[in-house]
This record gives sequence, structure tokens and C-alpha cells, in this order.
Amino acid sequence: MAKTLLEIAGLRKTYGTLEVLKGIDCQVHEGEVIAIIGSSGSGKTTLLRCINMLEDFQGGTISLDGEEIGYHVEGPTRRRKSEKDIARQRALTGMAFQQFNLFPHMTAAQNVMLGLVKVKRLPKDEAHAIAVKWLDRVGLGDRAGHYPGQLSGGQQQRVAIARAIAMNPRLMLFDEVTSALDPELVGEVLQVIKGLAADGMTMLLVTHEMRFAFEVASRVIFMNQGVICEDGNPREMFVAPKTERLAEFLKTSSFN
Amino acid sequence: MGYTLNFAVVWRNFDRLLEGLALSLGLAVVSILIGAAIGLAVAFALISKYRAAVWPATVYVTVIRNLPILVLVLFAYFALPQMGVRLDKIESFVAVLAIYSGAYLAEVFRAGLLSIPKGLTEAGLAIGLTPMQIRSTIIAPLMLRNVLPSMSSTIISLFKDTSLAAAIAVPELTFEARKINVESFRVIETWIVASALYVATCALIAAVMRQVERRLALPR
Repeated sequence: MAKTLLEIAGLRKTYGTLEVLKGIDCQVHEGEVIAIIGSSGSGKTTLLRCINMLEDFQGGTISLDGEEIGYHVEGPTRRRKSEKDIARQRALTGMAFQQFNLFPHMTAAQNVMLGLVKVKRLPKDEAHAIAVKWLDRVGLGDRAGHYPGQLSGGQQQRVAIARAIAMNPRLMLFDEVTSALDPELVGEVLQVIKGLAADGMTMLLVTHEMRFAFEVASRVIFMNQGVICEDGNPREMFVAPKTERLAEFLKTSSFN
Repeated sequence: MGYTLNFAVVWRNFDRLLEGLALSLGLAVVSILIGAAIGLAVAFALISKYRAAVWPATVYVTVIRNLPILVLVLFAYFALPQMGVRLDKIESFVAVLAIYSGAYLAEVFRAGLLSIPKGLTEAGLAIGLTPMQIRSTIIAPLMLRNVLPSMSSTIISLFKDTSLAAAIAVPELTFEARKINVESFRVIETWIVASALYVATCALIAAVMRQVERRLALPR
């Protein structure tokens, strides 16, 4: 068995009285590609956002390479780590967003370079070389000098993926990265993700693309009402769901 | 009417008006630069999630924006020395205009900050930037682009406020014009020329700001 990379234990997240995550336990091993599926409101995006501390959480622990993310936990007391520590930990995971979130005043290359220069403290020329290499890798080597406003949605999302991956993260998080794209642009983005999967990058993908989940994921997690309802191999889960809930969910999801 | 226009005296003293205008511009530039730095910090404080930051920033903006600037000018020059703070005329006026600009620009900047999508901050956080780095490299540059049009009218307004320095005998444009007026009795001519200088300068500021806006527009 591959090394455990991410360990989530008893994760709870509440907004006021609303409990969004009700005790998540899950281990992610190096090289796994996990699709997280579930209806909206099931907590899948929140789970992803807790992993890199875009959301605070109220209970449980998340550890990456054995180091606790976000909080010092000693017995019953938990204390949020300093912004600096949290920033360092966030750099260990990459994230791509539904809305791309490229910095509109920077070119594609500058978007990719920013973290390399400001977080990794690489010299500019070195950062630029890495940026160009990754833009090439996502098929946008010739767009390095373009601004986000000059790129299509699919191109923007590929730049955003290059920006995350260039930081050489231990783990990549994809949050519904194709949901905001026109249908004809979805393919180019999924192709990039497939390539990363083939390279052995560990990934968690929140997705509505069931066919893609089926093809690329080595494992599928089905979430429902803040808990992991089913967790297993896509072939078994999609063909023979063990729970009523998953069967129901799959029936209402389109497979094209 | 019995008043014949004669600009000769005004032209003879035109260099004094220009010197006054130069000082007006100098006062405005220095004050607005300091005010912009204050305004930026205060704007971030206004939208902060920490009450300890919001509260003093709100008091500052509310108090300063609800005081006539002339009152502030007179207070700084006449009252502060009684309290042991001694500034010369120019220092005291620059301090007042900077603090005044800070309050107005804080409001302009705050509106600009609210228009920046939260996703950009999250994208910055996700690559490991600290909140401070995100403010300086992403939020502030985008916010400044957003607010350039409204900043332009605020800057023009603040430039015109330099005329209040005449009240404490700072030799800027209005003060020089009044001196020429008193010496020459050429009331109409003096004020027409001084007014023309104000209008031309403001039009120039507006043109420069439009140019900056065009330069910094996001390519698409």
C-alpha cells in the first residue's frame, strides 16, 4: 500500500447551528485520484476547502504528511495556527476553483510566477522558466503573455491549474473546475487533469462529471448530508451501489 | 459701469500667480500622497473582520468628513500651538489636507475594495500568499484601477481645497491673487485670471487621470 498522505479524522464543520460536516474520517494515499460526488449541500466543496484552511473547522483533525493542518490540537484544546504557518501549509496543497480566479491584472505567466516568487522566493527568471514549462504542459505555451481577459474560459482554467501545479504541491484539490465552462471547453480541462493523474499526482476532485469520475478516479467518495456515505472503487460503486442514497443519486445524474 | 478692464497689472504680476499655483500644486501633491497612504490603510481597516480595526477607522472617517476643512485648518494653525504642537504654516496645512484627503480617499477605496471578488483572495491564499501579500499584490492594484474615475474627482476637489491655505497666509494661488487685488485694485481682472488658472489646472488633472485610467485598463 502506498504511503498515507492525508488523514482526516472526525472532521466537523458548523456554520452557527448548521452542521455541514458531521464527522468525516478518510485517508488519502499517495497517487490516489479521488472523485468526491454528491448532491449540492452534501458538504463536498466544504470538505475540500477545509483541507487547505479556506474554511475554519470546529472539530477533528486533518493531517498532511503527518503534520496537523490549521490547528494545534492538545487534548480538548485547539488553537488556530499563525497566518504564516497556515500560509506555508496551504502552499503544500494546490487548488483550482470553479470560477478560475486568475488575477486579472497579471499575464498568464505572471499568474503562475506569483507564488514561485513570493512564496518560494525563487529568482524571477527561474520562476518564469517554470511558469512557461507548466503553461506549455497545459497547452498554453503560446499564451504566456496574454491576460485572463484575453483567454477563453477553458484556457483560463488551464492557466489556473498550471498556477497551482507549478508550486509543486503534495496534493491537488479541484473544486468543480468544469462547472462554469461552456460544454465545448470542458474536454480540454479534463484532458489536463487526466495528464496529471497519469503522472501520479495525488488529487481530490469535487465533480459533477460522472463519466470523468468513472474514467479517471481510482476511488470515489459519495457524500450525503455531511457524511461520507459510500467510499470505494468506481467500477463497483457506479455499477452496484451499496446504499439506496447512492443509487438514487446516480439515477438523477447524467452520465454524458 | 465706469470700470474698464485692464489686465496690464495682472500680467506684470503673472509670475507671482504662477508661483502661487506651483505652491498650490505642491501642497496638493504632498498632501494627497500622504492622504492616499492613510486612506489605503483606513480602507482596509474599515472592511476588516476585527472590530478593534473597524472602530477607530470609522470614528476617523466620520469626524473628519463632517468637519468643514476651514475649521480644521484654523484649528491646526491656531489651536494646536496652544496644546504644545508647533508647526509652521505649510506643515500645518499639509498635515490638515493629508488627514482630510485620507478620510475621503478611505471611503473611495473602501467602495473599490468591496467590488473585488472574494475568489481572488482565496486563490492567493491557496498558493500560500499571506493576507498582507494578497493585499499588496492583488487587492490594492485591482482596487486602484476600479476607483480611478471617482478618485479623479476627489483629487480635483482636494486640489481646490488648497485655496483655504490663504486663510493662514500660505502664499498659494488664492493668497497671491488677493494680494495683487489689494495692491492694484484690479479686482475683476485678478480674479478672472486666478480662476482661469484653477480651471486649467483642474482640467489638466482630469486629463492626466483619464490617461492613467486608459494606461492601466485591463486588456481584453
